[in-house]
Amino acid sequence: MARRFSVQRQTGFATIAIICFFALYLPIVVLVFYAFNSADSLSSFQGLSLRWFARAFENRQVIDASIRSLQIAGVAATAATIAATMAAIATTRTEPYRGLTLKYAFINQPLMVPEIVTAVALLIFFARIKIWTGYNGLGYLIAAHTAFCVPFAYLPIRARLENMDSTLEKAAADLYATPWNAFRYVTLPLLWPGILAGFMLAFVISLDDVVITEFVKSAGQDTLPTYMLGQIRRTITPEMNAISALFLLLSICVVIVFFVVNRKRV
Amino acid sequence: MTQPGTIEAERSRDIRKRWLLSLPALLIVLLAATGPLLIVLLYSFLTPGPYGDVLWKPSPDGWIGVFLERDIFTETLSLADAHVSIFVRSVLLSLATTLVTLLFGFPTAYFIATRPERTRELWLLLITIPFWTNLLIRTFAVLQIIRNEGLINTLLMKFGLIERPIQMLFTDGAILTGMVYVYLPLMVLPVYANLEKLDFRLVEAAYDLYATPFRVLTKIIIPLAKPGLIAGSILVFIPALGAYVTPSILGGGKNLMLGNLIELQFGQGRNWPLGSALSITLMLIVTVALLVYVRNVGSQEKRHG
Amino acid sequence: MKRILAGLAVTTAVLAYAGLAQAAGELNIYNWGNYTSPDMIKKFEDTYKVKVTITDYDSNDTALAKVRQGGSGFDMVVPSQNYIPIWISEGLLLESDPGKMENFKNVAKEWADPEFDKGRKYTVPWAMGTVGTVVNSDVYKGDINTWAIVFDTPAELKGKVNVVPEMNDVIDAAVLYNGGTKCTGDLTILKKVRDTLVKAKPNWVAMEYGTIEKMLSGDFAASSDWNGSALRQRLKNPAIHYGYPKEGFVFWSDNLAVLKDAKNVENAKLFQNFMMDPENAGMNSGFHRYANGIAGSDKFMPADMKGAPEIDVPAQFASVGVPSMTCPPQVQELYTKIWTELQK
Repeated sequence: MARRFSVQRQTGFATIAIICFFALYLPIVVLVFYAFNSADSLSSFQGLSLRWFARAFENRQVIDASIRSLQIAGVAATAATIAATMAAIATTRTEPYRGLTLKYAFINQPLMVPEIVTAVALLIFFARIKIWTGYNGLGYLIAAHTAFCVPFAYLPIRARLENMDSTLEKAAADLYATPWNAFRYVTLPLLWPGILAGFMLAFVISLDDVVITEFVKSAGQDTLPTYMLGQIRRTITPEMNAISALFLLLSICVVIVFFVVNRKRV
Repeated sequence: MTQPGTIEAERSRDIRKRWLLSLPALLIVLLAATGPLLIVLLYSFLTPGPYGDVLWKPSPDGWIGVFLERDIFTETLSLADAHVSIFVRSVLLSLATTLVTLLFGFPTAYFIATRPERTRELWLLLITIPFWTNLLIRTFAVLQIIRNEGLINTLLMKFGLIERPIQMLFTDGAILTGMVYVYLPLMVLPVYANLEKLDFRLVEAAYDLYATPFRVLTKIIIPLAKPGLIAGSILVFIPALGAYVTPSILGGGKNLMLGNLIELQFGQGRNWPLGSALSITLMLIVTVALLVYVRNVGSQEKRHG
Repeated sequence: MKRILAGLAVTTAVLAYAGLAQAAGELNIYNWGNYTSPDMIKKFEDTYKVKVTITDYDSNDTALAKVRQGGSGFDMVVPSQNYIPIWISEGLLLESDPGKMENFKNVAKEWADPEFDKGRKYTVPWAMGTVGTVVNSDVYKGDINTWAIVFDTPAELKGKVNVVPEMNDVIDAAVLYNGGTKCTGDLTILKKVRDTLVKAKPNWVAMEYGTIEKMLSGDFAASSDWNGSALRQRLKNPAIHYGYPKEGFVFWSDNLAVLKDAKNVENAKLFQNFMMDPENAGMNSGFHRYANGIAGSDKFMPADMKGAPEIDVPAQFASVGVPSMTCPPQVQELYTKIWTELQK
């Protein structure tokens, strides 16, 4: 097939991308494969079975931890993305003003500290509040996750906004659109890919966090990663693979729903 | 709308609005990340408690311990070369990880950004799906592939390409592979967000002027994608500096990373002031680097227009 | 005086009984991951109508740091014996006096009055074990009851030895190997310890926790390890054996205690008593695969644990066992420096 010349084509890029996708999914395939392993360990494959799925479903701790992980990630990523979007709008497309660089450094600050340090600091700080208020619910974990998700959501959104043309918004303003309408109908659609990228990053980062969660959690607040951390010194069973496979299934469902909804919108 | 003379007022109103808009993000970071760090700063000047935590007695030892080391056998003070070599190892690994993720992440992001509009978001989601599984599980999956009796060695032996398994696990290459695997989406997503708005009329114009694809890439696409590339590099480089789960699982954990070193002080080492001082040192270095970076990039942008 | 004591005893008994009768509600246990038998918990929940929540930790230091800061809502914790004096001296544990509980009679003699908790005023045995070596005898046929496996690695095992990266365990082993005593601060010994470790390290393939899996897959041919882990390996591959180093090996225990700021004290005490019942302790051992210090519990353990050489220390090695204990802070600082230098 003769390829039509396209201005978008860069030699080798598609190949690299395909290699990347392949490499990203190869371990995932292996992981799912081992979830169906009937053997006790991850190291040998003995035959197909659903026993690890059954085991995972019977394990109340695992189920609770999984649901909790998703809850925290959902809430924290949403909150972080909203805050980050607002902050990104406030820190781009402007003449430098006093405090701009500081703001930038401040918002990215959670990135700059090793997790263990934030974890210890939060442990001490939140413990005081826990004792003082007597409240030790999920709020602390959500606050901590939101905070470290902010830079992950902020950077892609900012990258999108930077040197994005502001004439359209100016035009909207000239046509007496309220600032909200200008944002809703002009800025937001233009910004959407950045917001989506930021949200997805924040979500997976929250889903993956171990150290901060380990130090901030109260009784009965294990997430999936902290549950796994606890197992590392004993033995990690294919039960974890089964859970991961279910998470993958869930994420694929989300993708399909997303795709269908998007189709309708277009 | 703007009347002459009110430009000043307009501008200060704009700045006030900008502060208000950034308030939620600043507040949450202050409350649940930066504010509590003051505790760490304070701790770095105190005396270690006998069994972890601190005693409320000022002491410079935490800070001295970052740079200097009293040899336990000869009692001589010297540069803390253990800390330096651990630091250097972490920085090199982060740099390598950032470079390789750039090398793979940029073309991937470009590929996604040049798909038809309807499928772009699907491709983007495809990048994040593997990350719905836990970091540990993902790293173990990589391990399954590169271990001695893993997928790669088994296949190579089956096809008779090698006689004995190649030792890939517990090597530096294994660490780098794992790190790139873990951090790739942190590069792809911001770069994509930036490339997606790339105006291909500029590229077209360049081709009309008989530019080669390579020149188009280096003179037009990459400069325009720069904010995304920078955001991606920051998102990969900094977390990679503190990473230790992936290096210890795939590298065998024989050498400490910065993250380990700091964690050791808060854990079995029971030297919270040293741990605090080490992390503030790390934070300062990264912050300064970042500020210099942002300043330079900022001024460059202004030159462009 | 006697009458007052008697009166106190009666009051305590009545209170304890009242507690028993009322027990309902919740219990929050903070424990090592993968260490609590779900069946055993279910039995406790059904018997006493208490909802048990288990939260995991991965190291003594994390648990200590968290509980010391307070406010997290835990009722019980399971620290290792070398940390228990710290927990007690920091005033974190409630004197629940398990030594006076009904089931205390079941506690094995050697665990009834341990050094770390004289008279069992705070804690109840949960699990105990040893730190030794595991070796795959298909690869190496020599003597495995020595730390030389790790520190003077035989040619067959070079590049195939793993070391579990527990700082204290590794340094203790090297101290014992060099003829020192546990927690020594003697610099001539420590110098030898450092040299031993630095010289040995190039022969190690890794320093990590995943021994069960990697011993079975052949990635490792030997490792330092805990006995319960060794048992699991031998059950899967009979060629893997557990060695008790003749230079000395550490034995440890984890013990169940009630926290001072516990909200569900009565349920926690009930659980301590419950854990000293041989059937319950046996059930728990079947899950975590370590001994439990409760006499008669072996009847309720899986058959493969009875008389297992990993669980019952063979008589000829028992004398070189050294109890795990807290080292003084200055010594701990030296250990951290050696450890950092080893891994720089």
